[in-house]
Amino acid sequence: MATATNRMLGHLGDSVERLEDPPLVTGKGRFVGDINFPDQLHMRIVRSDHAHGKIKSVDTSAAEAVPGVVAVWTTTDIDDVPPIDFREGSDPTLALFRQYALARELVRYVGDPVAAVFAEDPYTAEDAAELVTINIEPLPVLINADDDPQDFKGKATTEAAVVEQGYGDIDETFASAYKVVEVDVKVSRHTGVPMECRGAIGRYDEARDVLEMYGAAKVPHRNRDTLCRMLNRPASGMHLFEGHTGGGFGIRGELYPEDVLVCVAAMRLRRPVKWIEDRQEHLMAANHSRQQRHIIRAAVAEDGEVVGLDDELYLDQGGYIRTHGTRVANMTTGTLPGPYRFPVYRSICHFRLTNKTPAATYRSPGRCESTFVRERLMDAVAVAMDMDPIAVRRRNLISLEEMPYGRALDVLGDSVEHDPGDYAGLLDQGLAQIGWDDLQKQLAERRANGEMVGAGISMFFEKSGLGPSDGAKIFIDNSGFIEVVTGGASIGQGFETAMAQIAAEDLGTDYRRIRVVHGQTNRIDYGVGAHASRATVLTGTAVSLTAQAVRAKALDMAAELLQTTADTLTITDGVVHSKDNPTGPSLTLGEIAEALMPTSKLLGGREPYLKGEEWFHIDHQTYPYGHHIAVVKVDPDTGGVEIEKYFIAYDIGRSINPMMIEGQLVGGLAQGVGGALFEEFTYSEAGDPQAVTFADYLMPTLKETPDPEILLTEDFPSIRTPLGIKGAGEAGITGAAGAIASAIDNAIGIPGAVTETPVSPQRLKKILSEHGK
Amino acid sequence: MSDKKDITLTVNGRDHNVAVDPRWTLADVIRDHCGQTGTHLGCEHGICGACTVLVDDTPVRSCLMFGVQADGKKIRTVEGLANGDEYHPLQKAFMENHALQCGYCTPGFLMLATGILEAQPDISDDDLNEVLSSNLCRCTGYANIIKAVRAARDEMKAAS
Ligand code: FES
Ligand code: FES
Repeated sequence: MATATNRMLGHLGDSVERLEDPPLVTGKGRFVGDINFPDQLHMRIVRSDHAHGKIKSVDTSAAEAVPGVVAVWTTTDIDDVPPIDFREGSDPTLALFRQYALARELVRYVGDPVAAVFAEDPYTAEDAAELVTINIEPLPVLINADDDPQDFKGKATTEAAVVEQGYGDIDETFASAYKVVEVDVKVSRHTGVPMECRGAIGRYDEARDVLEMYGAAKVPHRNRDTLCRMLNRPASGMHLFEGHTGGGFGIRGELYPEDVLVCVAAMRLRRPVKWIEDRQEHLMAANHSRQQRHIIRAAVAEDGEVVGLDDELYLDQGGYIRTHGTRVANMTTGTLPGPYRFPVYRSICHFRLTNKTPAATYRSPGRCESTFVRERLMDAVAVAMDMDPIAVRRRNLISLEEMPYGRALDVLGDSVEHDPGDYAGLLDQGLAQIGWDDLQKQLAERRANGEMVGAGISMFFEKSGLGPSDGAKIFIDNSGFIEVVTGGASIGQGFETAMAQIAAEDLGTDYRRIRVVHGQTNRIDYGVGAHASRATVLTGTAVSLTAQAVRAKALDMAAELLQTTADTLTITDGVVHSKDNPTGPSLTLGEIAEALMPTSKLLGGREPYLKGEEWFHIDHQTYPYGHHIAVVKVDPDTGGVEIEKYFIAYDIGRSINPMMIEGQLVGGLAQGVGGALFEEFTYSEAGDPQAVTFADYLMPTLKETPDPEILLTEDFPSIRTPLGIKGAGEAGITGAAGAIASAIDNAIGIPGAVTETPVSPQRLKKILSEHGK
Repeated sequence: MSDKKDITLTVNGRDHNVAVDPRWTLADVIRDHCGQTGTHLGCEHGICGACTVLVDDTPVRSCLMFGVQADGKKIRTVEGLANGDEYHPLQKAFMENHALQCGYCTPGFLMLATGILEAQPDISDDDLNEVLSSNLCRCTGYANIIKAVRAARDEMKAAS
């Protein structure tokens, strides 16, 4: 590469600027709200204002009479449309708990869609929606998942499932334990809240019998498959299109009632139908997440080894089970042991419906919750054993020698097998970099002077790259322009740039000469989208393998034309030339593509075109790891928590673009801080949501968000992927609540004080006053 | 509707004559009737700042102002920031410092920062933080937004 005349940009490991940025800084983005079709209708949803009740009647006549209203639907208008199915396929044990696009017989949370108004413009639709009257006979409201379950439709109870995982003999281990330490810990209900609300446009092309949906995100291919199943359409007649997406975080892009409605309406009303959510709807209708209560015990040996872990948890699923089924329960119980050995383990999750907004995944689902719980427990063990919190953790970390470390646990159908990694080694590096011992001294001095300051740590392992496979296609045209077609999705994480960098590496071009396609179901048959930090690991590896195949094809053709052998050639800046003689005879990729055209006389026995398609299959997920350290200062008068310093250590395996990885970590941390200190969906006893605007649902601004110091290591490339990459999307958030809670305990001098997030000023003041502080 | 009012908005130097419903917000008029969809809506109740535009050079939350109130005024949106193919120093700084991920909040931050740097080219870091904390971003964690705006401030000052 050093011989290249023009400097090529954007290979693996370069912090290059993003390909995504130019349209986004100039206002040329195409978010779903920016897309319009001639003759489109606007949909407005009429939502239940009861948390639980029988629908006695719905009167739509006044709304229908409003000029400009084209139709008003209730569930009887779409009684042939089945409830929204699970993303990974049907599941008869959970089928009863699914949500219809419009509520049938019952409403189960405030915000449950009951009717849909279709009108010529959004203002008319909104006005008419106010005129729809819904007559509800109230039923008892269930707010807490740890209260006794209630009846569900006379066929089941609201305990929809019990998910249990574990290994070893719990009873025996606890009976013989030196000490048993128990904590009771709650994670509040909060969620992703992207800055762009949801939106969807359905459009039916009658001439071709193709139904289209715009505004898709995250998992367009999966949603296409579910829609095909629900609406009985062939995959070739149903296409989803992802445009720019204003943040995803796991909650955006799942198949929601509104998505189904715009599709069905577009077919039946024979006009495009556009729906744009407002923020109030978003906060009560888009997936919530996280709410769990764990009662967890550790059986501890005399030296601080935790020899057994026994957990019982209540997961508040809200009104229905949406597309994820029980995945959050599975991930919580499957990842709770984290980076520690824990030779005996059991977790029992009571997966229960309540009368609140349905819940599902939010960035780092299951790991965020379980990490908080586990790290609270580790702090409690340290206190009970009179040990240093770091020492207790060290005592229990899985060592490098034991890697890869398998456990009889399942995470999304994959048995957990930790990638090689030096958890203790990274801890040493982190503590050294932050100067942990000095820090302790300084904080102790400041505490002696009356300040409430403290530090806390939280260790975690993450999971990324869920299999089984993904494919990619690359096409180089006779001008030398390169198109990489993937079934990935871009939700703001820099997917295009990462894929272009990966392809550029093998194709020997500047990454800016590559167009990356994602989220278009008509361009590629299969796609995993963007979730579970899958995109870079799986799709990235598929792109890399495809780029290698296309490179080989280019060199093979070039070798014939240049009368040499392929192994003497290389590619620099889109030009194939001799490795030894860069200025000698050469061919551009465009010229090679020309020679490979179907009509080319030079084609020989080759497949036409300079293109390729390859697949990557992965046996196990990758498990990156790291830790967070927080230093906080508590104001006893206000109950406010100021984060003075924050530190994240993370082993990424191999970076594609360190600038983007750091961006993911810092952005994830901001959300972690929100969940730890501010964000919470609270409900009244009657089930009324109390956080439906940004005035009540408090997200961190610049003032509350720390600028963390980051130690990004590449010490242990994943053994699961040829490039060694592991995911980066979730590590910024996973450890946050645990580290902050630990630091607050330390600052106020009350071990185990924090048992619940968010640690709002009210909660913290209550803790302080209960302890006479 | 019969109660529409004719107004003229000058958006990025171009006059738009629009018959507006009195209840249409400035954001809706700019987006739906002047074709400038770079201005985004994140909350429609004045908190997130995604909809920030400059009205007569002052940052305004366009979801809180009605279109009729902007009659005859000079509006600047993110589409007007670059000078032809030449990026505004803020746009450049946002790209160089990775100050955006999904880019949804970006137009609001860019317009807020433009307004403030034009009015106070010497603004201190602390004051800048104060101003920028009035907009929300859910992706970046803000650190790079601060870096970008500071870098643009320094560059704009050096160039003036
Ligand atoms: S959309 Fe105007 S402030 Fe949020
Ligand atoms: S970049 Fe996504 S909200 Fe700011």
